[in-house]
Amino acid sequence: MPQPAAAGPAREHRPAGDRVIETRGLTKAYRGGQLAVDGLDLAVPRGSVFGFLGPNGSGKTTTIRMLMGLIEPTAGSARVLGQPMPGAGRRVLPKVGALIEGPALYGFLSGRDNLWRFDAADPTADPRTRAERVGRAVERVGLAAAAGKKARAYSLGMKQRLGLAAALLQPRELLVLDEPTNGLDPQGMREIRALVRELAADGTTVFLSSHLLDEIEQVCTHAAVMARGRLITQGTVADLSATVLGSRGLGRLTVTTPDTADAVRVLKEQGVTDLEVTEDRVTGELPSEPSPQGHQNPATSPDSPLSSDSPLSPDSLELADLNAALVHAGVRVRAFGTERASLEDVFVHLTGEGFDVAG
Amino acid sequence: MSQADGVLRRRPLWSLGLLRSEIGMTFRRWRTLALLAVLAGVPVLVGIAVKIETGDGGSAGGGGGEGGPAFLSQITNNGLFLVFTSLAMTLPFFLPMSIGVIAGDSIAGEATAGTLRYLLVAPAGRTRLLLVKYATTMTFCLVGTLVVALSALLTGAVLFPLGDVTLLSGTSVSFGEGLLRALAIACVVALSLIGVAAVGLFISTLTTSGIAAMATTVGLLITVQILDTIPQLDAIQPYLFPHYWLSFADLLRDPVYWDQLQKNLGLQALYAVVFGSAAWARFTTRDITA
Repeated sequence: MPQPAAAGPAREHRPAGDRVIETRGLTKAYRGGQLAVDGLDLAVPRGSVFGFLGPNGSGKTTTIRMLMGLIEPTAGSARVLGQPMPGAGRRVLPKVGALIEGPALYGFLSGRDNLWRFDAADPTADPRTRAERVGRAVERVGLAAAAGKKARAYSLGMKQRLGLAAALLQPRELLVLDEPTNGLDPQGMREIRALVRELAADGTTVFLSSHLLDEIEQVCTHAAVMARGRLITQGTVADLSATVLGSRGLGRLTVTTPDTADAVRVLKEQGVTDLEVTEDRVTGELPSEPSPQGHQNPATSPDSPLSSDSPLSPDSLELADLNAALVHAGVRVRAFGTERASLEDVFVHLTGEGFDVAG
Repeated sequence: MSQADGVLRRRPLWSLGLLRSEIGMTFRRWRTLALLAVLAGVPVLVGIAVKIETGDGGSAGGGGGEGGPAFLSQITNNGLFLVFTSLAMTLPFFLPMSIGVIAGDSIAGEATAGTLRYLLVAPAGRTRLLLVKYATTMTFCLVGTLVVALSALLTGAVLFPLGDVTLLSGTSVSFGEGLLRALAIACVVALSLIGVAAVGLFISTLTTSGIAAMATTVGLLITVQILDTIPQLDAIQPYLFPHYWLSFADLLRDPVYWDQLQKNLGLQALYAVVFGSAAWARFTTRDITA
């Protein structure tokens, strides 16, 4: 029962079918009136790897639970795969694989039996192919050797993998992964990232929530930032970092030197402001000339990739001059460069607060 | 992507698959097996106690508690009476307590483990999951009762003679018919537990703590049993779910007295409808935050 033309009178030039997740004014108030999620307008394009970013307690998980039909929104609407949730859960959810707030398993069952159990709960799963699909899912997350062990003996990382395997039991159009690398060692994190990229390459849209900025930075094409239940911004990762690059020029200059006092003096003469010294590092803001990438319009620099070391054109000359000035003044320079703008910078810039501050 | 693009078809017999998974899982848990072991142990203990007491030359005394039928003295003549005695002894507490554990844990236990959210996004469907849980609890009622009856029958056969059965009304029937009546009694006892199972299921939808739901259900059971014995409360007693439980003894009369049996089953059906609906209303609208 599709809602009567809820797609609306073409408010965007893109058809609604392009959006795998679309929410309008999605709001959840818990008892006592506190808003866990406040008027969320989220749009996840098909085929993207969408990073959903925010500190713990910012409303990410509540949003995901509303998208999955586990909790009822107080106000607003959510559409997943073009259909309203939670109403169309029966049709939508078989095409969605989810890992919500960590894995949850039956400790007294083996890993494989856990997957059998979850697969039996899926009305579209064919019991005749179950053994094969379970085997493939276990294989895919690298858990084949431990699949026969009781789940209560699993480490957190193994549980996480098994939770992922459950999300991969069927071909999915959308994967919702809430903190998927939680509890994994660095090797496991790399494997999960590789898996996410592989799935995305197959055309699956991946909605990845995390409070780990570099995780989002490494795998996501798009991102949204939440804080205190509100959506701060969303867009491509490149655009988000451009917002910061635009407002900050090239980011902070960092000089590593044993002669910090001299360096500060020379840099100040050169017009570098906001100088700070930490051990053998001097950092400061580059003189902000009216740069071509004004932060009023971040779209003018859409190509600046987030993780480049920003050797950008007009200023690079000046950077070289700065370095020359330091060396002329007898400052011994160990390292010289600008800090890249990271999603962390984006976050701090957008929220004006440290990332670890819970809403 | 071929499957994802097309219309995903639901399999008509899928609910049975979910039920099978649920029943299989319930009976693989150590807790369930321990409950069944306790239930199986009661008739053995009673049988041995009776054997020791009558071994001294005295006769087993008394009846099976107030309002309960006096089966105990018959056991030494006929081992089949151990079945009736054991059911009469386990029905007031052991059986409903174990049902309370299973029913109370059914939804709340999944919530505690967090597996509830994964079942629901699978998507198992809230109504269907509730029905499957209730059907599994009812299966446990039947299995638990049969375990008591079979254990009693075996113990009785080993320790005491078997033979024609003298009914409560004094007439005698063959051992075969006695067995049939025992089976019928076991079924009635299992059906008597429908009410407490529905109450337990409802309580289970109220909380995310499996332990709390089990404890509340069992506590409620004890409270209701106590209320049922207070004479001043006789106005409400006909509406308490254990009130007609011991009416199963009427199946041992010739002719059978149906009056109380029917009242019992009607009352159980009423509880199933009322608390089943309440559980459904609660569970299908609840926010799953665990």
